Amino acid sequence: MTKKSDNGDGASQDGKDGKWDLRLYVAGQTPKSLLAFANLKRICNEHLAGLYQIEVVDLRSNPQLAKGDQILALPTLVRRLPHPVRKIVGDLSNTERVLVGLDLRPRSQ
Amino acid sequence: MPSRKPRKTKADIQLNELPKCLTGINGLDEITLGGLPRGRTTLVCGSAGCGKTLLGMEFLVHGAMEFGEPGVCISFEETAEELASNVASLGFDINHLIARKQMAIDHVHIERSLIEEAGEYDLEALFVRLDYAVSSIGAKRVLLDSVEALFAGLDNESILRSELRRLFRWLKDRNLTAVVTGERGDGTLTRHGLEEYISDCVILLDHRVSETILTRRLRVVKYRGTMHGTNEYPFLIEKDGISVLPVTSMDLNHAVSSELISTGVPALDEMFGGKGYYRGSTILVSGTAGTGKTSLACQFVNAACGRGERCVFFSFEESHNQIMRNMRSVGIHLERWVEKGLLHFHATRPTTFGLEMHLVRLHKTIEEVEPSVVVIDPLTAMLQSGTPNEARGMLLRLVDYLKEKKITAVMSTLTGASDNLEETVVGISSLVDAWLLLRDIESGGERNRGLYILKARGVAHSNQIREFLLTSHGIELRPVYLGEAGLLTGSARVTQEGKDAAAALTARQELEKKEFLLKRRRKALEAQIAALQLELETETQESRQLTAQENLRLIHMEQDRDKMAQSRFVKPGLQPGNGRSALKRGDGK
Repeated sequence: MTKKSDNGDGASQDGKDGKWDLRLYVAGQTPKSLLAFANLKRICNEHLAGLYQIEVVDLRSNPQLAKGDQILALPTLVRRLPHPVRKIVGDLSNTERVLVGLDLRPRSQ
Repeated sequence: MPSRKPRKTKADIQLNELPKCLTGINGLDEITLGGLPRGRTTLVCGSAGCGKTLLGMEFLVHGAMEFGEPGVCISFEETAEELASNVASLGFDINHLIARKQMAIDHVHIERSLIEEAGEYDLEALFVRLDYAVSSIGAKRVLLDSVEALFAGLDNESILRSELRRLFRWLKDRNLTAVVTGERGDGTLTRHGLEEYISDCVILLDHRVSETILTRRLRVVKYRGTMHGTNEYPFLIEKDGISVLPVTSMDLNHAVSSELISTGVPALDEMFGGKGYYRGSTILVSGTAGTGKTSLACQFVNAACGRGERCVFFSFEESHNQIMRNMRSVGIHLERWVEKGLLHFHATRPTTFGLEMHLVRLHKTIEEVEPSVVVIDPLTAMLQSGTPNEARGMLLRLVDYLKEKKITAVMSTLTGASDNLEETVVGISSLVDAWLLLRDIESGGERNRGLYILKARGVAHSNQIREFLLTSHGIELRPVYLGEAGLLTGSARVTQEGKDAAAALTARQELEKKEFLLKRRRKALEAQIAALQLELETETQESRQLTAQENLRLIHMEQDRDKMAQSRFVKPGLQPGNGRSALKRGDGK
């Protein structure tokens, strides 16, 4: 089951970075996947309001999709756009690391 | 969890025999007595390039092709295309198997630089992928190659460890027979201690280079709940994959034959009690250079092929053409047997491989040809590629193997001129059943060959040294001359034999002469006897005549006297004298 969760105004607005295409891979409604989705939503609203689109892929229903993005760990967030592709694994509770992973914050301080 | 696992395993063993899963790899199934533990995970570890992936792939390919068990390969290092092309050289068509849903390959690629870890995670996606691949083809076998790549791709080791434990549990719960490969670590079997999780079966692959020769070895480190071969077994990666040499048979109980087969040399058969070697025995022919070891072996091969038996000739010094040419010069024609497919030559340089590789090749060839006679010429060349200890061990395994197959083997060993002849390499003597010694006998400016049987188990054999002749019509054995002058061979023997013949002739003539003389004397004596006899007879006759004449004379005398008396008128009774007158006188009274 793939569900798309669009931030209402995000799709229509066209920011300077263009649109952020994010895909969250999970396997079933586990506490970790729910937490990851909630964390992602929060971070996106804080830093990418109106610029993002999240697609949640449940591998329980579509196991063949895991191969394409080389998914191994769950949950995994894949930044499909903008390029380059980035992967962040975990429940995204470490906001700092998520921001670094999404290139919203410089890698080293 | 770790405390629960061993208990369960123990219970399994008590309940029933451990089911096994054939790998289809030559020799490995023999060592493990039936394959890998079914429904369990086997760890295959070893350093880079030792053949782990190949072993795993063969396990899957054989499973799919021969045992009807589809397999899944989760490759962490190579892509499906790379894997397919790697094993294509060994004759496995992976793409075909994938198309027929007998195999599935999933390449799991982790690029650390592209992955950020933010919070708790698990490897559920790996399970999802594995489950998907397994269920899509109904796999029974799984290869994880090499799962340790995970440690390079992800940071959180504690998560990885608990997930690996879960993974192996998961495989077991689904009754999948799995092979997991792991790179060898420093002092540990695998770099990340996978052996901690996999306790059912661990196979260690190794390759070592000694004196520029690489030898691959395999060892079953652990196999819970079953017997297995414990040694290091050399193995070979060849054009048809891995073949392991299960070299030491576990026990010494091969069936023996009491059939005797000809050595190919009638005189040698005679030395062996008139029959020859036992079938399935190991015969060692040792001698210095040029004593005719190869010829003796070829003569045996010739005889065996003549009986319609298959032979393999392993040569480590000469090419087969050279051997055939040389044998032709002594009247042994081997070409016809090669043409008929009875004789197979395998000529290799001893330095081409290590000792073990030679033996693996020997095994492979023997398995293919299934000969009843094998010649190794010379054994010494082959054994030189190892230390004496290794050589002895290897030879023991080889002899065991040949005996098990009931193959009669002739091995030649070269002894140096200065060596003690009976001290052949690494004490082979105790392993062989019959031992022929060829030696040079130097005397009178000549070098001749002598042959004797040093030992022959279970056969009444001659204790004589024979002279060994290579003639244009094969090998001939002659009794050597043993006389006052010592042991003589060659022309010295011929001379001595000539002398002996002359002496015998003289003696005979002498005797004849004596006999003649005696006869003559006897005849003379006989003649003498006859003459005497005649004389005697004459004498007797004479004496008889004399007596008769005397009697007659007496009668005449009496008559005359009577007449005279009558004429004188004398009373005859008064006349003194003879009885008759007295009687007459008495009558008259």
